[in-house]
Amino acid sequence: MPKDHGIGASPKRREDVRFLTGAGQYTDDINVYGQTYVHFLRSDVAHGRINSVNTEVASAMPGVVRIFTGADFDGIGGLPCGWQVTDKHGEPMKEPAHPVLAQGKVRHVGDPIAAVVAESLEEARNAAEAIEVDIEELPAAVNMKAALAEGAPKVHDDLSDNLCYDWQFGSDQADVDAAFEKAAHVTTLELVNNRLVANPMEPRVALGDYSRANDESTLYTTSQNPHVIRLLMGAFVLGIPEHKLRVVAPDVGGGFGTKIFHYAEEAFCTFAARQINRPVKWTSTRSEAFMSDAHGRDHVTKIELALDAENNFIGLRTDTLANMGAYLSTFSSSVPTWLHGTLMAGNYKTPAIQVNVKAVFTNTVPVDAYRGAGRPEATFQLERLVDKAARELGVDPIALRRQNFITSFPYETPVAVAYDTGDYVATMDKLEEMIDRAGFDARRKESEAKGKLRGLGINCYIEACGIAPSNLVGQLGARAGLYDAATVRVNATGSISVMVGAHSHGQGHETAFPQVVAEMLGIDESMIDIVHGDSSKIPFGMGTYGSRSLAVCGSAMVRATEKIINKAKKIAGHLLEASEADIELKDGQFTVAGTDKSVAWGDVTLAAYVPHNYPLEDIEPGLEETAFYDPSNFTYPAGAYACEVELDPETGKVTIERFAAADDFGNVVNPMIVEGQVHGGLAQGIGQALLETCSYDEDGQLLSASYMDYAMPRADDVPFYAVDHSCATPCTHNPLGVKGCGEAGAIGSPPAVVNAVIDALHSGGHTQVTHIDMPVSPGRVWAAMHG
Amino acid sequence: MYSFDMVRPTSVADAVAALGQEDAQALSGGQTLIPTLKQRLAMPSVLVSLSGIDELKGLSVSDGVMEIKGATTHATVAREGGDYPGLAALAANIGDPAVRNRGTIGGSIANNDPSACYPAAALGSGATIVTNTREIAADEFFQGMFTTALEEGEIVTAVRFPIPEKAAYMKFEQPASRFALVGVFVAKYADGVRVAVTGASNDGVHRWSAAEEALSANFAPDAVEGLSVPADNMIADLHGSAAYRAHLVGVMTKRAVAAAD
Repeated sequence: MPKDHGIGASPKRREDVRFLTGAGQYTDDINVYGQTYVHFLRSDVAHGRINSVNTEVASAMPGVVRIFTGADFDGIGGLPCGWQVTDKHGEPMKEPAHPVLAQGKVRHVGDPIAAVVAESLEEARNAAEAIEVDIEELPAAVNMKAALAEGAPKVHDDLSDNLCYDWQFGSDQADVDAAFEKAAHVTTLELVNNRLVANPMEPRVALGDYSRANDESTLYTTSQNPHVIRLLMGAFVLGIPEHKLRVVAPDVGGGFGTKIFHYAEEAFCTFAARQINRPVKWTSTRSEAFMSDAHGRDHVTKIELALDAENNFIGLRTDTLANMGAYLSTFSSSVPTWLHGTLMAGNYKTPAIQVNVKAVFTNTVPVDAYRGAGRPEATFQLERLVDKAARELGVDPIALRRQNFITSFPYETPVAVAYDTGDYVATMDKLEEMIDRAGFDARRKESEAKGKLRGLGINCYIEACGIAPSNLVGQLGARAGLYDAATVRVNATGSISVMVGAHSHGQGHETAFPQVVAEMLGIDESMIDIVHGDSSKIPFGMGTYGSRSLAVCGSAMVRATEKIINKAKKIAGHLLEASEADIELKDGQFTVAGTDKSVAWGDVTLAAYVPHNYPLEDIEPGLEETAFYDPSNFTYPAGAYACEVELDPETGKVTIERFAAADDFGNVVNPMIVEGQVHGGLAQGIGQALLETCSYDEDGQLLSASYMDYAMPRADDVPFYAVDHSCATPCTHNPLGVKGCGEAGAIGSPPAVVNAVIDALHSGGHTQVTHIDMPVSPGRVWAAMHG
Repeated sequence: MYSFDMVRPTSVADAVAALGQEDAQALSGGQTLIPTLKQRLAMPSVLVSLSGIDELKGLSVSDGVMEIKGATTHATVAREGGDYPGLAALAANIGDPAVRNRGTIGGSIANNDPSACYPAAALGSGATIVTNTREIAADEFFQGMFTTALEEGEIVTAVRFPIPEKAAYMKFEQPASRFALVGVFVAKYADGVRVAVTGASNDGVHRWSAAEEALSANFAPDAVEGLSVPADNMIADLHGSAAYRAHLVGVMTKRAVAAAD
């Protein structure tokens, strides 16, 4: 019988009441007295030298308060990168300046040149059109290979070339070389992991406010991590100490990674509000989002797998070009390296692995983490490659995977990470049960009777989540710790506010987190609320990304709740005139073990705040505890996915007929929310595989700059999913045994889709087609069939 | 958007008069014009809304001809155009419900977007475009992408479709916009078959005469087997090459013939 409350129950999401009735309070819903509006004049060329920006006429236009240009930011810090990658020669990555407004050069379409602050948005836009900008257009570096060639246009004049770093990682060279030398078979694949635009439903918004009375700044912003923004912007850009800077990220309508980063517009609004002593608001248009939100993915990879005569994987080697765009966004440098290279073992016991990554500057929008961040790129190349190997060897793709699975845990990979738990055989068994593989031939015949081809694609995935152990990431170059924090504030009547550093922007924390505290205390969930998203209300927090909220912040919340229980037992012991060691807490009652003497939760909490009968000589009044939690390892969710497609050979159109996901997320707090997270991740992964791509032309003009050309997945593009998370091997190193579920769907699904398309084409005799780059659009499929 | 004045006349005559002002622009359903204005890509001084003119709304059938007034929405044609099922089905699949409830036939053909659906129906049916001053045959009306025979200030007041024996429209959707990557309208009349292609060509909507000849002789999918469209002047973009579009013209024609009723 399913539980109806606490851990493992599926109460409906309490936050949905306000989201679905239009009562959410998003950043754009916040307006402050005296507010001005800013419009950014953005570059329409990919690369150019700014000869002059004349704002004289524009400044005199109606409603204009002030116009800012790059010169206003002389001597002010640029936007920082949060991760220092060291290259294979031991040198630090190249880290060019990233000014808030362009200085000297523009480096991508959308780079902000000037900012017009006016009484209304229309007046700001009118004045922006009157700014006279003289830009000498320069040749652009767009394609990564071309950008690395001798004589390529340099994105940053002060750097020697466009190579940010040349990184190598994994096993000893000799071991990798030996594996390939003795291989009975080598499978090679070259592929592209397509550039994506995250496109959260809510575009980015920033509202800067300044109180001259107490010299305090407030930034309201669409962020996944307000404390991180406070730290980066306060310490590195504007020089505002934490106690004078409040950052609020209220309801946020989706982030998917692109709202992690510290952006120029946030710094600008905070800065400008101090300059003009009035609030300054910016709301991104969708067009601006396409050219200013950090993009995702954009890797070009060659990967090789060495197998012995028995089809055991004996070596793996990858060579990737990773696009950084024009500037280093906050966590951009970590994505193709530590979030990607460390996952190249996948679910397999390959003993020798080497990962090579060259990060490249180009005249395009900066690229950074997007749902999965590095791990989808790793999974896609590995699982496409294993599928290709199975086809070349004429063996069953599931059998080949099973043969090479890691089966004993903990497992030290050759790429630095140690998997604590997992059962890849179990998730594959479950998947095979879910997909009715035995019935596939009959389904294929049905499709063929309609003139269609049918394909089945299988893959596994593993991800490193619960980001991350601070001492480890510090050694790897992170400029931040990746712990999290929670304060449990028990009020006099027993109700509870839990202030958490995780930020909920669609994940359902407001429902799931109270389930944990309620379970621990044995009280009703309705007595517990979550507070998040305001640096003035929560103790600290590194925010939400990397499927970390429950594993890291949830663990902090557990630790703080444990402290609450310990103190409450002391109070109960006093009230019951018993030793604290004899007090048991069950169902919200403190009982002296072995007796019927008890006090209720509310009696204890009241005593803490009305300490008339209270051990004041031993303990303080009040009942509030804070805990910081730093994980000792990543968590390793894993699973097996299957996709069945139907392909129309006349048009190349692919439709997804069935999709199954068997995931191991460890313990699960709210199964309904977990399923929702998987559904959303699958939709985004299917979007990447079939529909989405961000394209530039050779001059660096953004071709997919609106929904007219950027294809988002819609309801009729995705099937009804079969999802399962019953094969749980709980995480061994966090108190909840949870692994995280937010990114799995987006990581695991793209290879399943492409594997299925290749399978369908082979069934139709198109055996020359060994790979199609994503998105596997009708035009590309048709071209591959006739290529 | 830039500032503009707006008028909402109640007669065609008043609308024509209002359109005589400098930089005046007719506004019908606004499904193209409003996004254009929001992007500041147009700066009309005055918008003349056609939505308050009753004489521009509705459809009727007489003597085998369906007349649809210029400001009739796609949703209305989808709902009430059952006497011309191929046309009603086309209208029912334009855009999404919001587009169909605002967008109008007059607005669509006056804009002549190279990927729009209605121009294929008008050309494929040999329709007559009626304006406030004259009647124009579809073959003369569509003059290349976003170009028509309309004069400055001229309003499409109605489109007259001869109802064929059989017709169907097949649209292969561009994945992002869901406009036609290639759309083919096939209509069989007593005196021959017309085939109109949208979405594919740099010249906008056009007829495919080789297919018309073959289908006039034998109205069956097989009849177009082996016919091919030259890729020379086809659109090539992110979503498909010229060769792919040329190929799809054949596929969609065959499917339209098979579906025609």
